[in-house]
Formats: sequence, C-alpha cells, structure tokens
Amino acid sequence: MQSLLASFDLPLLIASLIKIVFLVFLVILPMVAYSVYAERRVSAIIQDRVGPNRTGIPLTLLGFKKDIQIFGIGGLLQPMADGLKFILKEDFTPRSVNTFYYWLAPCLTMVPALMTAAVMPFGSELDLSWAGLGAPFKMVIADLNVGPLYMFAISSLGVYGIVLAGWASNSKYPFLGGVRASAQMISYEISLGLSIIPAIMIFGELNLGKMSAYQDANGWLLLPFWGEGLSLSRLVLLVPIVISFVVFSISLFAETNRTPFDLPECETELVAGYHTEYSSMKFALFFLGEYAAMIIGSGLAVTLFFGGWSIPFGPWLSEWTGLQFHYEAGNTPFYTGLLHIGTFFAKIVGCIIFFVWVRWTLPRFRFDQLMKLGWLVFFEVALLNVFLTALLLWLVPLK
Amino acid sequence: MPTIVVQRPKLAWHEKIFLSGFLNGMRITLGHAIRTFKTLRGSKTVVTMQYPEQKWDESLPEHYRGAPTLVTDEHGRERCVSCQLCEFICPPKAIKIIPGEIPSDDPWAKVEKRPREFEIDMIRCIYCGMCEEVCPEQAIFLRKDYAITGTSRAEMVHDKEKLYEIGGVRAGLVNKWNDLK
Repeated sequence: MQSLLASFDLPLLIASLIKIVFLVFLVILPMVAYSVYAERRVSAIIQDRVGPNRTGIPLTLLGFKKDIQIFGIGGLLQPMADGLKFILKEDFTPRSVNTFYYWLAPCLTMVPALMTAAVMPFGSELDLSWAGLGAPFKMVIADLNVGPLYMFAISSLGVYGIVLAGWASNSKYPFLGGVRASAQMISYEISLGLSIIPAIMIFGELNLGKMSAYQDANGWLLLPFWGEGLSLSRLVLLVPIVISFVVFSISLFAETNRTPFDLPECETELVAGYHTEYSSMKFALFFLGEYAAMIIGSGLAVTLFFGGWSIPFGPWLSEWTGLQFHYEAGNTPFYTGLLHIGTFFAKIVGCIIFFVWVRWTLPRFRFDQLMKLGWLVFFEVALLNVFLTALLLWLVPLK
Repeated sequence: MPTIVVQRPKLAWHEKIFLSGFLNGMRITLGHAIRTFKTLRGSKTVVTMQYPEQKWDESLPEHYRGAPTLVTDEHGRERCVSCQLCEFICPPKAIKIIPGEIPSDDPWAKVEKRPREFEIDMIRCIYCGMCEEVCPEQAIFLRKDYAITGTSRAEMVHDKEKLYEIGGVRAGLVNKWNDLK
C-alpha cells in the first residue's frame, strides 16, 4: 500500500485536478453558456433585431445610476437566467420511453464532449516560480502523444448519445433525428480524420502541445510568415493545407450538427429532432454537449491550423518590444503563459462567432445532398490531399 | 400552343459550387450585423420599440379598440339604461348586467332604468367593439387602455365603479333625455 501511494506523483495529480476544474468549470461551461448568448445576440443583429438585452445585474436596485453594460449592450446575465430556468423546469419523462437509455443518452452526449478537452493544450506553460512552485506547469490536462487520435476516438462516442436518445424516446421524430445523426456523423468522421493527415505529415507529430510549439516557432500552418515558415516548402504546402482546412472545417460543421448540416434536429421537419421528448436539465445536457463539442472542435481547428495558443508573429514581437511573446521550453515568463491562454480562448471565441455567423446565413442541406457531399466529394478530396501533400513534401522537403 | 423555352443561366464554376453564393450571403449577413450592432450600442434602437420605456400611447389612432368602459354624460348621469343589448351581443359573454330601477324622486326618474351592477370580465373580453356598436344610448365605449393586468381572476373583472372611472365623461352624442334640447 505504501509503495503504491509512493508511486503516485502527488503534485502532478493535484495540478491535473486544478487544471480540470479550471478548464471545465471555469472555462468550457461558462463559454458554452455564453456561446448560447452569443448565438442569440448575433442571430438577432443579423436579422436586424435586438435580442435578449434586459437581463443584467440590477445595480439600479442598489442605488446605482446604470446597470453594467459592456460595449453598450445589455443582457449579459441572460445565460444565468437560462440556466436557472432549466433547473426550475419540470423534468418530465414520458411514459412510453425506455427509461434507462432515456436517462443515459444526455450523459453520453455531454461526457465525450468534455473528455476530449483533456488533450487540448490551452496554454504553453505557466511559470509559478514566484509562488514557490519549481518547474513550470504545462497547460494541458493530459499531454498525450496521440492527441488528435484520442480526440476522434472519444468524440465519435458522442453519436451514441444521440442515437440512444432517438431510439429510447420511442417517438417518430426523435427516431428519425437519431438515424440521421448517426449516418451523418459516421460519414463525416472519415473526411474529418483524413483531412488532418496533411497537417500531421507536416508536423511529423501527434502531440497537440508540440504542434502548437512548432507553430509558435515556425509560423501557423495557415500563416507561415516567421521562423522556418518563410521557406519555399511551407509556402508551397499552403495549398494542401488550405484544402485540408476547408474540408476539416466543413466536416466539423457536420460533425457538430450545426447549420447547414443540422438535419438531426431541423425544426421544420423533425420538431426538435432527437431531443424532442426531453425537457429541463436533460435537454440542457444535450444543449451543453452540443456547444461543448463545438468549442472543442474549434479548439482542435485552432490547434492544428491557427497555431493553438501561439501569439501571431510572436518571435518578431519579442525582438521588437523586448518582452517575450514566444514560447521557450522551460523559460517562458508568467505573463506570457497567461497571454498564451488568453490567445487560445480568443481564437476559439472567433471560431464560435464564425459558427454562429454561418448558421444564420446558410440554408439547410437536403439529406441526400449531405451524404453526397460527404462521400463523393470530401472523402475523395481529403484522400487525394494526403497524396498531394506527400508529393509536395517529397519535391520540396521541409528543413 | 406556343411554348417558351427558358434558357437556364450559364453558371460560372464558382457559382456551381456555391462559393460566390456563400461569400455573398456571408457578406450580406455581416453587413446587417454590423449595421444593427452600431444602432444597438447604448441601447438606442431604430426599429424595435423598447416597450415599457417607450410606448405607442401618443400615436394610438382615434378608433383604437382598448378596454370597454361606461361613460357618464355632461350632467353626471349614467348613460347606460341597462337595456342589456351589449350583454346579448357580446360574443365571448364577458358582460353581466343586473338592471335596477331609478326611484321616482330622482331628477332622472323618466329614464326609468340604470344598471345596478355592470361587470365586464376582462379575461373574456376580445375587444371586438360590438358592445359599443350596439349601444343605443352610446353609453359604452372602447377606450385606449390596453395594459389591463391583475393578479387574480377576480381582479380582472371590472365592476361598475371601475368602468366609470376609466370611461369618464362624454358630452353630447345622445340628448334625448335632456329637457332643454
């Protein structure tokens, strides 16, 4: 027993626990809540409406002149009100459902979405030597060497939640939604997986943290303008990278069931799709899982193509200002560590705004069009792109 | 029968793969978003009326059909003679009248009847204005009050006192009970 306890690396465990709590409860869940708010506000302004602008901290009740309004827009407490509403609503279980699977399904959508966050490098490293802690902490919960593989493996489990929800609800619309979701997610996982192979070939690496570090030093894959990124090879390789980015991001839309591929839950045909029979917190779990998957997906896109936590032109900025903006293993100052975390989440916020923007612009695909696009276009394009990258890497090798 | 063969438009490659359509759509929505966001800052909205702070009240039209009310004439006489026509015409049966007699020593004794009780259930009322239309004495009018609220069903029933309070006085219109005219 003693030896077993001694074999645990206690500081690592505690650090991991703190990172988990920080990432899940302080970052991802609030981000999910606020991306719902962003969805409502952005959709409103796109459609020339106002959106939820009332819910705020009622400072006027406490005698202040004005309620807090950041950027001059109100309603910033709307997510809290939404959450409270979900908690207070009646949790209704229809009599005809298969109770066990009906209860299991919402968890099965939420859990994989959060589990994938484990390998997400959300910052370079945090130097806490001023607090008496020696070695800098890596800002990733699990520094796996198979990051993207783990992510795809776990996130593909998310389809079980949707299928079970559709089946266990014992109702026709959820059933159709579940069937559509499974077909769609399985088809697009192929192009999603194939599309990142060119990126992995360039990195020569499956560790997401090292990918970010590489991009920090040598230019983002889509912005190779510093370090070794200024070589001919990287500029030529932009062609397959742009193709793979386009395929990846469109597949990501399909994978997260977002418009224009939101067939599993299209309101006009299937009421609400697979979560028609759900109410209260169980419905909220589906909602959270969906948005969490969106955030994690954006995180992967950011890590692969937009340099993860790296600040654009970091090495240049360091030279120019005298402060350190780039990552140096074991020698990154505290403020840079914080800046990197901020940069990462700023990039994710940008991605989410893009998701929302696309949703309120494009009409929905028909199901056969969706399948055709996945199997007859993206699959082939992604596959050929792998060979194209190999060819280019052979013709103009990286240093 | 002459037929017209409509030529299909020739699409460029970027139109075929919806690239230009996609970019155009994104541009249009972004334009709307930015324009609306600019007007939204500082809670100043151009099109949307911020209801409790801003109201239509000043620009309500004369014929606006708000809450039905009873009115008195210039002498303070209740116009209503409790003929109950409004009670019978009311489609949702929101009106309840219990007629009462005017005692012979009253200056308006020749009118003979006035309502002892007059209740309009504002939960049932559909603001159709038929009561106003049917009233031979022009005693019932639809005023411009539209925010009728209450915390119980009983509170939503307007009794005679309340109806006269909202209705107020209307001069002229019907003068047959006036000795001087």
